Amino acid sequence: MSEMDIKVLLVDDEIGFTDVMAKRLSKRGMTVKVAGGGTEAIQALRGDDYDVALLDLKMEDMSGIEVLQIFKKMVPNLPVIMLTGHGSEEAAREGMQHGAFDYLLKPCEFEKLLEKILAAVKRSE
Amino acid sequence: MPDRQYYRSLHRSMAFTVVLVSLMPLALITLIGGYQYTEIYKGRVMAHLEEIVHKHEQNIDTYLLEKVGEIRVLADNMGVDCFLDEGKLENLHKSLMKRHGGGFVDLGLVNSYGIQVAYSGPFRLGLADYSQSVWFREVQKRTVYVSDVFLGLRGVPHFIIAVQFESEGKKWVLRTTIDFVAFNQLVENIHIGRTGLAFIINRRGEFQTKPRIDLSAEVPFLRELLQKATTDAREEGSFALKKARDMVVSTIAPNPLTGRETIFLSTPLKQGDWLLVYQQDSADAFSDLAQTRNLALVVLLIGVIAITFVAFYLSKRMVKRIIAADKEKEMMNEQVIEAGRLASLGELAAGIAHEINNPVAIMVEEAGWVQDLLAEGIDKNGNTDETKRALTQIRTQGARCREITHKLLSFARMIDPTTMELQLNELVEEIIGLSNQRTKYANVQVETELARDLPTIAASPSEMQQVLLNLVNNAVDAMEKEGGTLTITTKRDKDDVLMTVADTGCGIPRANMQRLFDPFFTTKPVGKGTGLGLSIIYGIVNKMKGEISVNSAVDVGTAFTVRIPSAAKTGVPSDENAEERG
Repeated sequence: MSEMDIKVLLVDDEIGFTDVMAKRLSKRGMTVKVAGGGTEAIQALRGDDYDVALLDLKMEDMSGIEVLQIFKKMVPNLPVIMLTGHGSEEAAREGMQHGAFDYLLKPCEFEKLLEKILAAVKRSE
Repeated sequence: MPDRQYYRSLHRSMAFTVVLVSLMPLALITLIGGYQYTEIYKGRVMAHLEEIVHKHEQNIDTYLLEKVGEIRVLADNMGVDCFLDEGKLENLHKSLMKRHGGGFVDLGLVNSYGIQVAYSGPFRLGLADYSQSVWFREVQKRTVYVSDVFLGLRGVPHFIIAVQFESEGKKWVLRTTIDFVAFNQLVENIHIGRTGLAFIINRRGEFQTKPRIDLSAEVPFLRELLQKATTDAREEGSFALKKARDMVVSTIAPNPLTGRETIFLSTPLKQGDWLLVYQQDSADAFSDLAQTRNLALVVLLIGVIAITFVAFYLSKRMVKRIIAADKEKEMMNEQVIEAGRLASLGELAAGIAHEINNPVAIMVEEAGWVQDLLAEGIDKNGNTDETKRALTQIRTQGARCREITHKLLSFARMIDPTTMELQLNELVEEIIGLSNQRTKYANVQVETELARDLPTIAASPSEMQQVLLNLVNNAVDAMEKEGGTLTITTKRDKDDVLMTVADTGCGIPRANMQRLFDPFFTTKPVGKGTGLGLSIIYGIVNKMKGEISVNSAVDVGTAFTVRIPSAAKTGVPSDENAEERG
């Protein structure tokens, strides 16, 4: 699968971040669906299929871990990459324990994020 | 650290306790032992004196019986003719004098009319008429009679032994006078200590010997003693009366002559007609006891002085060590407070890192987006505007970061422990602002009920921030899983300020309540809590002469209440002074 065909579900309550990230990923041909919180993300996943999800750990309505657990129940094969602005990697590692594909600390290198997205999609295939 | 007055008081109370604890057994042993020893010693002395008096009484009785026996033998065996012959009478008298060392002063034969018909002795008492004499009347009743001491016809103190006998159908009386001086010496023979004195009195309280000192002032007392002894014996019955005649009766009473406490021992003589009295000053009789008591008191006094000295010396040394330990503890406390401050700052930093990393991530991505646009061509349709928007966003997010770092620095810089007057409500608002991010993500709703009339308190702003921040952090930790409500209340209670930080979290199990303020006690996961937060709060609040209390119920919530004296109550230095120091 090329970058052009990838459908990304981007979940974060930081609009400034989702805005620019969606633009950059779209620029690379990906289809990006932005969800501003856990509830919105779950609804989005119900309505469509995605190749990969980028999930923030801390959100106002639900924690990233809770959303991850629900994602895993809804679509067990969906690769989820955790994103966290928290200083420590501890929380992100917790996500790995709950079945996340990988994690990245904010701010992250965009190229690295792309690599992880591709790797996640490749593995799910 | 406590003031000098506290240590002085500690020194005094420690010394007093040591003295009391050490002296109490010593005093009790001395008192009880001394009492027991005194009683036993007095008992022994009294028993010893009674024994001596009893033996002396036996000696005197033997002396009298011996004299009576001699006269009895003469009366029964010699015959009246022998006595009527003055030459033979004189020979008998001389023989008695020789055998008894002059004890028999004279010897005379008295007819039934009381006329002395024969006489041998130093006085001219031939044909003396004794018909009216007491002894003559008594001997006719009793056959044998020993008289009281009296002056008689010769005008010197003496007493008579008279024995009645029958010869040729007529009654005669053989009489002799006993040497009073020799008898007196015999009676006075017991002379114990400086004041020991023996004498004989008759039933009327008249002296039958001549004591070496004038005891006439004692006569009423002796009569009373005599009467009492007789009355007591009679009241107890005939057996007691008989027993009283044989026994030595002891009394300790003030001597009417000297006023000093005196031991009186009395025992009957001559079938109860006479009373042998022995008297001795108690102080004299118990002089060894007094010496022992004085020695014990000196030892006790030395003990008291030594114990007091050691108690004061030891307590002084202990207080010095306590002062040193307190100084060390205070230094440790300061270090722990500083460590705790850094730890709570660390917890805060973790929250703030998230706050900063988000705008930084936006800035990084916006910069990357601008690069994407530049790579595509800045002059392409809409790219210039998009670039401008991205730059504006970078500036906006940069400003957001700056605000956060300023807040953090303002907190980190406030490490001055100087006490000053501050308004707790302002501090509460500040801490809520700092913890905003944490509470938001922990789904904790913050409510405040701040009293408008809250007086200022005397505290170090950084320390007070630490108290509040730790309480808020703990409350948020308790509600992190399920969210909840954090309520911070301030109110005035007379001259104190009360601040309550309450949460609706998991609560504290009863088992942990006791150890809540212990340093390094934590129930948080490893790496999450230092276990210093509450101990630091306790240390700081205690330093401010305040109090901290906790109410908690599992699955209901926890409320920590801090009571701090108002600035007016503690007399805080004014702001001006604080500024001068700053």
